[in-house]
Amino acid sequence: MSTSATGVDELPISSGDDVVRVRQLVRTRAQGIRLSLVDQTKLVTAASELARNTLVHGGSGTARIEVVQRAGRSGIRAVFSDEGPGIPDLDLALTAGWTSGGGLGLGLSGAKRLVDEFDIDTEVGRGTSVTVVKWSR
Amino acid sequence: MSQQVPVLRLGNALLVSIQVDLQDDDVLALQEELAERIVATGARGVIIDISAVDIVDSFIGRMFSSIAALSRVLDAETVVVGMRPAVAITLVELGLSLDGVRTALDLEKGRAILDRLIADRRTVRDIAQDDDEFVPIDDPAGERHQPDPSRR
Amino acid sequence: MAENDGQHLLGLLLQDEQALLERWLRDAAVHLQGRASSAELERAFRDLLTALAKGVSGGGLDLDHEAYGEVRALLSELSRDRARRGFTPSETAVSVFSLKGALFDLAARAGQGTDAILVASRWVDALGLLTFDSYVRAREEVIAEQSEQLMELSTPVVKLWEGVVAVPLIGTLDSARTQIVMEKLLQTLVDTGSEHAIIDITGVPAVDTEVAQHLLKTVVAARLMGAECTISGIRPQIAQTIVALGIEFGDIPTKANLADALLHALRGSGVEVVRRRSGGGR
Repeated sequence: MSTSATGVDELPISSGDDVVRVRQLVRTRAQGIRLSLVDQTKLVTAASELARNTLVHGGSGTARIEVVQRAGRSGIRAVFSDEGPGIPDLDLALTAGWTSGGGLGLGLSGAKRLVDEFDIDTEVGRGTSVTVVKWSR
Repeated sequence: MSQQVPVLRLGNALLVSIQVDLQDDDVLALQEELAERIVATGARGVIIDISAVDIVDSFIGRMFSSIAALSRVLDAETVVVGMRPAVAITLVELGLSLDGVRTALDLEKGRAILDRLIADRRTVRDIAQDDDEFVPIDDPAGERHQPDPSRR
Repeated sequence: MAENDGQHLLGLLLQDEQALLERWLRDAAVHLQGRASSAELERAFRDLLTALAKGVSGGGLDLDHEAYGEVRALLSELSRDRARRGFTPSETAVSVFSLKGALFDLAARAGQGTDAILVASRWVDALGLLTFDSYVRAREEVIAEQSEQLMELSTPVVKLWEGVVAVPLIGTLDSARTQIVMEKLLQTLVDTGSEHAIIDITGVPAVDTEVAQHLLKTVVAARLMGAECTISGIRPQIAQTIVALGIEFGDIPTKANLADALLHALRGSGVEVVRRRSGGGR
C-alpha cells in the first residue's frame, strides 16, 4: 500500500485477500470522514462487489481510494481499474440480474445503487475502469 | 477445510459463527465443510450467526441461499441470525432478497425457530433420542428402548 | 501607494500597543454590556493585535494574503464562539469595529491625515465583514445541528408490548428524515429483541415516491433481520398515491389503525386478547 501526500491509497487486486484488504481500507477512509454507519456499509459493500469484478473479469487490477471535497462536503472516491477484456455490452452488464459469470448479476447494478456517483469507462480488449463516489450527508 | 470459521455443535444443530472478514475462497470452503458436517453429524439444523459481520455482499448473500438450499436437500433447516440493521438496509438496496433463507434477530430466537421447524419434521432418529417414550414394535419383550449413549 | 498605506497602518498598530488595546477594550465593552468577561476579551484582543501586526507587515492591506492566516483563524474562532453562545451578529461584529475609534485616535495624535484614516477604516470594515461571514457560517452549523436533534426527538420509537415496538410518524416526511427514522427503528429491534415493528403514518399528510420506497425498504430490511413490520394509518390520499405511482406494496401487512396493527402483532407473537365475560362494561 502506498499513501502519497495527497492521501491517495492504491492497492493491487490480484487475489481474494486483496479484495478483503480493499474492503478494510475503504472502511477506514469512510470512518475518517465520518460517513454514517449505513453509508459506510453501502460504500464498503459496493467496493467489495467492484473489487471482485476487477479480479474475476479483469484478471487483476488496482483500486485507488481517496478523500474528495465539494461544496463543504467530504466524500470517498474509489476507482477500480483493470486491463482485462472490457465489457462489450455495457447496458446489458448494468441490468440487474444479468451475469457473465456464475454470480447473481448484482455486481455492477447493485454497486451503482449503493453509491452517489457511478461512472464506468470500458473498451473491449483494453480494460475497464469504474469510479464511484459516496458523499457524507 | 476452512480454518477461518469454526463449526460448532449445538444440540441437534450446527452453529457457524462468522467472526472475520471472509474472502471468497473461505466462503466456498465453509459451504463444503458444512455439507459434510451435516451428513456426518446428522444435524437437523444450521444456525449462521452474523452478528459480528459488518458487510454482506452478493457473494456472501449467495452463500446463505446455497447453504439453505443444500441443507434442505439434506433434511436440515437453516436460520441466519443477528443481521445488523446497516447490513440489512444495504442488502435491500443491493437487491438481494436471500430467498429461502430464514432469519432471526438473535441466536436465542433462531434456536427457537429451528426447534419449531424440526418439531414439524421429526425423523426416526429424533424419536429414538426421545428416550423412554419410544418402544420399538419389533421388541418382543416390550422392554423400553435404551438410548445409545454413543449417539449423544 | 498601497505599500505606504500598509506601513502607516503598521506604524499605528505598533506605536503604542498598550494604549490601543485599552481603548479597543473600553469601546467594545460598552456594546457588550458585560456579556463577555474583560479578561476573556483582553486575551482575545491581545492575540488578535499580535496577529494583525503580523498580517499587515507580511501582507499589507490584503486580507487574503497568507500572512493573515492567523487573523482569519482567530476571527472565525471568535465568531463561532459568539454564535454558539447566542450573541447577536451586531454584538459580534462590534468587537472588531470598535478597533476603529482607537486607530483614528492614534492616527490623529500622530498627525496623519484623512487618507490614513480612510485606509484604516476600510481595512477594519473588511475585517468586520470577515467576522460576519464566519458568524453566519457558524450559525448555519448550529441550526443544522439543532434540526438534526429535533428530528431525533420528534420521532420516538416506543415499546407497545413485550416484543412490539412502534414509531408514530407525524408531519411531512422527506427522504432524509424517513431514512433516519428507519435506521433508528431497525436498531431498536436489535436493542430490544422485538420481532414486531409498527410504522404508524396516521399523522403524515402525504408521501412521495421516494418516501414510500423508503418505507417499503424498511419493511423488507426488518424482514431480513428476522422481524415483521406492519404499516398502519394509511390515509386515503396516501393510498391513492401508492396506487397511482404503481408502487408495489405486495405482501406487506397494512392495517387501518395502530390498534389493529397492535392486535395483529400480538396475535403473531401468540397473545390473544379477549373481553372478560363478567364484570366488564356490560
